[in-house]
Amino acid sequence: MKIKKADLYEKIGFTILFLSILTTLIFLVTILYFITVRGIKIISWEFLTQQPRSGMTEGGIAPAIVGTLYLTLGAILFAVPIGVGCAIYINEYYPKNIIVNLLRISINNLAGVPSIVFGLFGLAVFVKFFKFGVSILSGSLTLGILILPSIISASQEALMAIPFSLREASLALGATRWQTIRKIILPAGLPGILTGVILSIGRAAGETAPILFTAAAFYVKGYPKSIFSEVMALPYHIYGLMTEGVYPEKQTQIAYGCALILMFLVLTISAIAIYFRQKQRRGYYG
Amino acid sequence: MDDVQIKVENLNFYYGKFQCLKNINMTIYKNRVTAIIGPSGCGKSTFIRLFNRMNDLIPGARAEGAIYLDEENILSSTTDVVELRRKVGMVFQKPNPFPKSIFRNISYGLEIHNIKDKKHIENKVVSSLKSAALWEEVKDRLSDNALTLSGGQQQRLCIARCLAVEPEVILFDEPCASLDPISTNKIEELITELKKNYTIIIVTHNMQQAARVSDYTAFLYLGELVEYETTEKIFTVPSNPKTEEYLSGKFG
Repeated sequence: MKIKKADLYEKIGFTILFLSILTTLIFLVTILYFITVRGIKIISWEFLTQQPRSGMTEGGIAPAIVGTLYLTLGAILFAVPIGVGCAIYINEYYPKNIIVNLLRISINNLAGVPSIVFGLFGLAVFVKFFKFGVSILSGSLTLGILILPSIISASQEALMAIPFSLREASLALGATRWQTIRKIILPAGLPGILTGVILSIGRAAGETAPILFTAAAFYVKGYPKSIFSEVMALPYHIYGLMTEGVYPEKQTQIAYGCALILMFLVLTISAIAIYFRQKQRRGYYG
Repeated sequence: MDDVQIKVENLNFYYGKFQCLKNINMTIYKNRVTAIIGPSGCGKSTFIRLFNRMNDLIPGARAEGAIYLDEENILSSTTDVVELRRKVGMVFQKPNPFPKSIFRNISYGLEIHNIKDKKHIENKVVSSLKSAALWEEVKDRLSDNALTLSGGQQQRLCIARCLAVEPEVILFDEPCASLDPISTNKIEELITELKKNYTIIIVTHNMQQAARVSDYTAFLYLGELVEYETTEKIFTVPSNPKTEEYLSGKFG
């Protein structure tokens, strides 16, 4: 009798677990389906390569794609060297120091700050104080700060996964700590660091709030001319199309087209990240 | 009488408040194999890691006394640790090759010491692999990743890597602990061969191994050097009853 009861509980337990994964899958599939069905109609070569026309109701979204690429690239150029450097310092030089521990906690907290707060910070510091204006530069820096914590923690995890014995091997040969980091630790940690970077690219490309006040404009004529230009960006373009303008039907269609492109960009980037992670897992210690 | 290579004088070592090594005095002879034996936790590994200052990496570790190598106290704060580690190589318990090619594993040691001459590096890689009795097995696959080698081959690669920087002393920290008997045998033969050119200190758990490869044996117990003698003497007529108990397997 008792055994049967246990069997029953097990069945119930596993059913609940199965239902949770089913729910997740349903949502995921629905989102993908919904966006694809609504967005695919408008996708064409023209849509990808042309300027918007007739008050955003016709033409393409090329400037928004270009703008998003610039902003993302800028954020990565800013955040990757600083983030990786920070992770190396924390992990390799002073892993047991109290100040560094505090630093580590602060960095983790930074990851929990809402993105709109970063937006306001960017407005106050980069746009106003440094007088960069509403520009690619201000937007990139703001996005860069936003993704900094995740780059740091991904890099740190990658470095921590490297066995201590490799560091010992290098030091025992008479290498300095810097030589050990540059020639042994960084190459071994690279796949993991790269994974973090690539996931952050997805994040930076998709965020709206940080660029709201710092970089994005609903409509800019032509392509950006310098890092001090305002730009169009995919997430903000979607936001604009859905909240402003006088032809909601046409605009909604374009918005779904933008969403599909943005999703495609981010998913492609994530797929690359997964590939690298698998490669790392199989690589050295498998 | 053998020539002196290293002199240990009044050596004490602490991890924080815990005293791990107590007033050790001993002399290590040139071109001889010195084995350090003793039960787990007696301080063998801690002791051997003092000769290349690897304990520097541990926070709260502190050494008193002196270890003289070539007339210089290597425990002094003014010692050039990088130069010391070039002179005193180390082979670890678990093979730890770099996740790089076999060739690069060995050339790495030369690179970090600023040797750029390609021909010289190539020659050195070949001669080190030959000295480590690995050349025949890997000569056709030098560009393969070192992690594709077997455990025993990896350990010999680590020995070759160590030889390439031309040390005077080589420290072996239980080099066969993770190896099968055949690989163990090869490493032991290699150690006997290497002592012609190098001074060797080996920590081992395995008393038969100490008896087979070493010329001198030191028995450490609870951080104290209980007995230090020629291997022949210590294994036949140990003077301390504790040594005899350990060697006959009564504890440890």
